[in-house]
Amino acid sequence: MSVPLVPSFFESCRILTVAIVWVVNLIIRAIGVVIPPFNDLADWLASDSVITVLTWLVLMTVMLVWTALFNLLTVMWIERKFYSRLQDRYGIMVSVWSLPFWPFNRRKDRPTHKGWGYLQNVADGMKLLQKENLTPASADAAMFHISPVLIASTTLLIFVALPWSSGFYVAKLDLSLLFILAAFSFAPFGILIAGWSANNKYTLVGGMRAAAQLMAYEIPLILCVIALVFFTGTLDVFAIVAQQDRHLVSFGSLGIPAWYVFSPQILGFLIFTVAMVAEMERIPFDIPEAEAELVEGWTTEYSGMRFGLVFGFKWLRMIAGAALITILYLGGWSGPVFATIYIGGIAIPILPEEIWFLLKVWLLCVVIVWVSWSVPRVRIDQILKIGWRRLIPFSLLAIIVGAGTRALGWY
Amino acid sequence: MSPAGRPPELQGRAVPGIEHEILAQLQSLFKAKLLDGRVVRPRLVEIAIDRSDLLAVCTFLREALGFEHLACITAIDWRDRFESVYHVSNYYNGCVVQVHARIPYDDPKIASVTKLWNAANYHEREAWDLMGIVYEGHPNLERILLPADFKFHPLRKDFAQEVDRQYISRRKLKGGK
Amino acid sequence: MNMGPQHPMTHGLWNMKVKVDGETITDAKPEIGYLHRGYEKIMEVREFQKNVVLTDRLCYVSSITWSHAYCLAVERMMGVEVPERGQWIRVVALELQRIASHLMWLAAYGPDLGLLTALLWSLRERELFLDLIQLMSGARMNQNYPRVGGVRNDLPDNFEAMCKRSIAHFLEKLDGYEKLMHESKVFLMRTQDVGRISAADAINWGVTGPNLRACGVNVDLRRLDPYETYEQIDFEPQIWKGADGGDSYARFVCRFNEMRESCGIVLQALEKMPKDSPFRTKPPRRAEGDGYARTEDSRGEALFYVIGDGDDRPYRVKIRSPIFCSMAATPIMLRGNKLADVVAILGSIDVCVGEMDK
Repeated sequence: MSVPLVPSFFESCRILTVAIVWVVNLIIRAIGVVIPPFNDLADWLASDSVITVLTWLVLMTVMLVWTALFNLLTVMWIERKFYSRLQDRYGIMVSVWSLPFWPFNRRKDRPTHKGWGYLQNVADGMKLLQKENLTPASADAAMFHISPVLIASTTLLIFVALPWSSGFYVAKLDLSLLFILAAFSFAPFGILIAGWSANNKYTLVGGMRAAAQLMAYEIPLILCVIALVFFTGTLDVFAIVAQQDRHLVSFGSLGIPAWYVFSPQILGFLIFTVAMVAEMERIPFDIPEAEAELVEGWTTEYSGMRFGLVFGFKWLRMIAGAALITILYLGGWSGPVFATIYIGGIAIPILPEEIWFLLKVWLLCVVIVWVSWSVPRVRIDQILKIGWRRLIPFSLLAIIVGAGTRALGWY
Repeated sequence: MSPAGRPPELQGRAVPGIEHEILAQLQSLFKAKLLDGRVVRPRLVEIAIDRSDLLAVCTFLREALGFEHLACITAIDWRDRFESVYHVSNYYNGCVVQVHARIPYDDPKIASVTKLWNAANYHEREAWDLMGIVYEGHPNLERILLPADFKFHPLRKDFAQEVDRQYISRRKLKGGK
Repeated sequence: MNMGPQHPMTHGLWNMKVKVDGETITDAKPEIGYLHRGYEKIMEVREFQKNVVLTDRLCYVSSITWSHAYCLAVERMMGVEVPERGQWIRVVALELQRIASHLMWLAAYGPDLGLLTALLWSLRERELFLDLIQLMSGARMNQNYPRVGGVRNDLPDNFEAMCKRSIAHFLEKLDGYEKLMHESKVFLMRTQDVGRISAADAINWGVTGPNLRACGVNVDLRRLDPYETYEQIDFEPQIWKGADGGDSYARFVCRFNEMRESCGIVLQALEKMPKDSPFRTKPPRRAEGDGYARTEDSRGEALFYVIGDGDDRPYRVKIRSPIFCSMAATPIMLRGNKLADVVAILGSIDVCVGEMDK
């Protein structure tokens, strides 16, 4: 029903790369007038294989910028602004009007630090960049340095297979869901290494708690996915979203979309969401990073941009988790209404798929943040009890319900 | 964790006139040992004893009269003697008995009442720490407010007051020069 | 394992050495004295009235209650009778300060459990009461308001109207907080059955105040040993009714409901106050004798024992702090609980290190 703004990401990047190479070739051919071998260089640059390689590089860079820059900044801004409004205060307010250079310093008679606050996170990132990266003297240096890299890289690995619309993706895999869940599950490994290598009693306790919690909540996560696979029959996220791109009940051109949340999989949706909130280590499940007891938990000994990486990637995991929930249960990027206008056979999107996807992901993040900042923290043994003794039986029930309704042909 | 037992049945209000009864009971039992006994005002009885009778009086107060709450232990330096004042309070009738136990100056020792009221634990440690009175029978009599290696007992009258005292270096405080 | 003395969530400067077996606590030993300022010694050098400046700073969160206890002790030593309006004004000041102190406790306790929103909401409400106290005495904290013989100044004219408005607003907000905390499943999970102490243990170790009432013991010094005009006021001491008291949840509920009771007391006092009567008498300069006063402070039983020897300064001042005794009972509350509960339990007994260490 809805149409992507970018029908093929690869093609768009290819066009971009060709344009860049063309501009560079102008310069090279200009030099080649004087030094003849440069013309061969220009030809080689414009050849297909080089263009393809450069396209992949550009593609990965654009996806990185989109995810880890724009989306991360936006979600961090949403969270900080939203929870500060919950707490009856204004929240972050550093915006472009706080910049000290032209054209933004023209507001001489109006407040400069009362803006929307989007640039605050950029400022925080730059602050962390210019801080010293301390390593504790008695820490295991190799592991200590590797673990933030591990956490960051495995989180970014999720976005290789996680598409943002039916055209905006890096790689289209047959088993993309499996790949995403596997990349997601790398985190306890990195956190445990981080907590242990800092040679600090408190970080070790935090790291072990994190590993126990994340391991306990992987299982209901995967069980719910199994329950869903009974309905979808495939592990390919594109196919899963395509299956939800129809109407369950139609009232003319409107209707209730066939998202899996409206099916008997609702139980799986709830379990999956709870397990995902625990995987993201948000309050009420943020004991590993419990500020009250362990200062910063397993990230205590990190400073500078290493801390920035680890800290920021918590939000990136939140985006990945929300994106996964959206794709599996909330219809992904299919928009039920305001979808497309067909003019002469060409589909022009009013609200393209990317916007639908972003709306759903950001809305889900808002709900998670709301819950996060309204409840106290659950103790670690209570978290594990919930994970093992409550969520697993319910997810098994979800599997039974899924398989049963499918076998009986009710769905 | 201590198990939740049944809390005592209390009225929550004071019983008027009880202080005279309590003073009469104390006087009848400890006739000569009571050096001084009077009712100061409603709900407050004051008695003075010698340090050797402390445990007897306190045991009587707690077991027979039901004074289950030790509010405070004060140590006073009267320059010619020490005094350990116990404020014991009764939750059943709202009366407070102020027990002054006199201690000779050159032998600052007195029996500890921690076996009767565990609340005395910290109070006696503080009295030892600041005044230097030794409570015999205390499970762990060591400094509580001041650092463990502090050499003096500051609340004594022979420890200089702040207005009389110039800056004392940390080395001197630890007993050096 | 050391928790403190530098720790983001143990409010104040003290150390707790905890012996852990896995995640379960086997023993605990508090170490205090990091904030010892030698109060009892320095109070012997200043005149009676000038010591109020010091007693304010004993527990800086609830300063009027401590200065009032000291003034009461000195008045009993001197035999000075405070006029009636002065007594009523003192009651109003004490109860407003009690509400402010409990709100500060709530602001510290929420983040202990992970509920960071409670910090901001409680501090927002506390601003109302700090404004009232400022209207009354000129300062928000460490007000130097009680005097030996009364209070420093009379209530201003618009105090009653502003007080009624603030209290009406606050009572509405309290209902909202109840929903946030009492009915939150996670909150109940974190505080029920955690840090239990039995009534017999509590009385034996000298625990007083809301911590004791949470164990089911019906002791409120404003009822049991009334001072000022508390006999003429109709209020209900908040005692935990039920068999399973003594845990963090009971302490939380008792302290929370006390705020509501204090609002009622303030409104009653404003009604019953005599309109024209002096608020202060002049005490004698020198005094001899001993005076002892115990009051129901926000945290428990605050007791002052003042001895004078005929000079215009005290000979000896003894300060009994409720937290000093509750700290002795913390090993009982901590044994058998998990390490993650330490902050939750210690937060629920409302530690204020200033009064503990004197």
